[in-house]
Amino acid sequence: MQVSKRETCPIVVDEHVVMVRQKVRSLAIEAGLSLVDQTKIVTAASELARNTIIHGKGGHVIMELVRNGARNGVRLSFEDSGPGIADIDQAMRDGFTTGKGMGLGLGGSKRLSNEFSIESTPGQGTRVTILRWK
Amino acid sequence: MHDKLATTLEDDLTTRIAQTGAKGVLIDISALEIVDSFIGRMLDNIASVSRILDADTVVCGMRPAVAITLVELGLSLSGVRTALNVERGMELIRSRLDRDGGADAGFET
Repeated sequence: MQVSKRETCPIVVDEHVVMVRQKVRSLAIEAGLSLVDQTKIVTAASELARNTIIHGKGGHVIMELVRNGARNGVRLSFEDSGPGIADIDQAMRDGFTTGKGMGLGLGGSKRLSNEFSIESTPGQGTRVTILRWK
Repeated sequence: MHDKLATTLEDDLTTRIAQTGAKGVLIDISALEIVDSFIGRMLDNIASVSRILDADTVVCGMRPAVAITLVELGLSLSGVRTALNVERGMELIRSRLDRDGGADAGFET
């Protein structure tokens, strides 16, 4: 898989969530994603960016335009050095939350993506990566 | 839409319902490019609070791509009444007022 464009954006305050949504939208348009797929990845990005602030105590996202043969896609990696997630299976479950949200962020963004991975080390941080192909 | 803006809208709207005695709240979200779980929860909250204050909330104008995404995200907005556009939303609210015989109802938009 080739990376043809890479950009990093901090996610510390609420305004960054809006900024991430806008940047992901332009990247999705550049990758040629349909309107529905653009909406899906922007929504997933919004969920994960908010998780980065609320649960990760801030972090950043690496946004990439990727290419696999003739296929274009958008890959996003949300990284924080927060408390991490002790039980990932539990965190992925719809309705589970340690915050004030609805507990849809992780499970929902997985459903909105073509590829999803999560790595977390308690005490060190979390990285969630999603990819949406054209 | 900004998170704080969404929270402010929730507070302002609730205050206005109480002040004006409005029987209907129509929220046009046709300008929203996405609805995530934060905004979805806000819409649900507004609908619940306004119901307790005896006002009907109708959310209208949701873009088709947003609706598809919302369902996949896992949010069905089951507590919120929806309409395709503003006209149909107003019809929904009016029909409820007619049913209740609420001729004295004032609209606040």
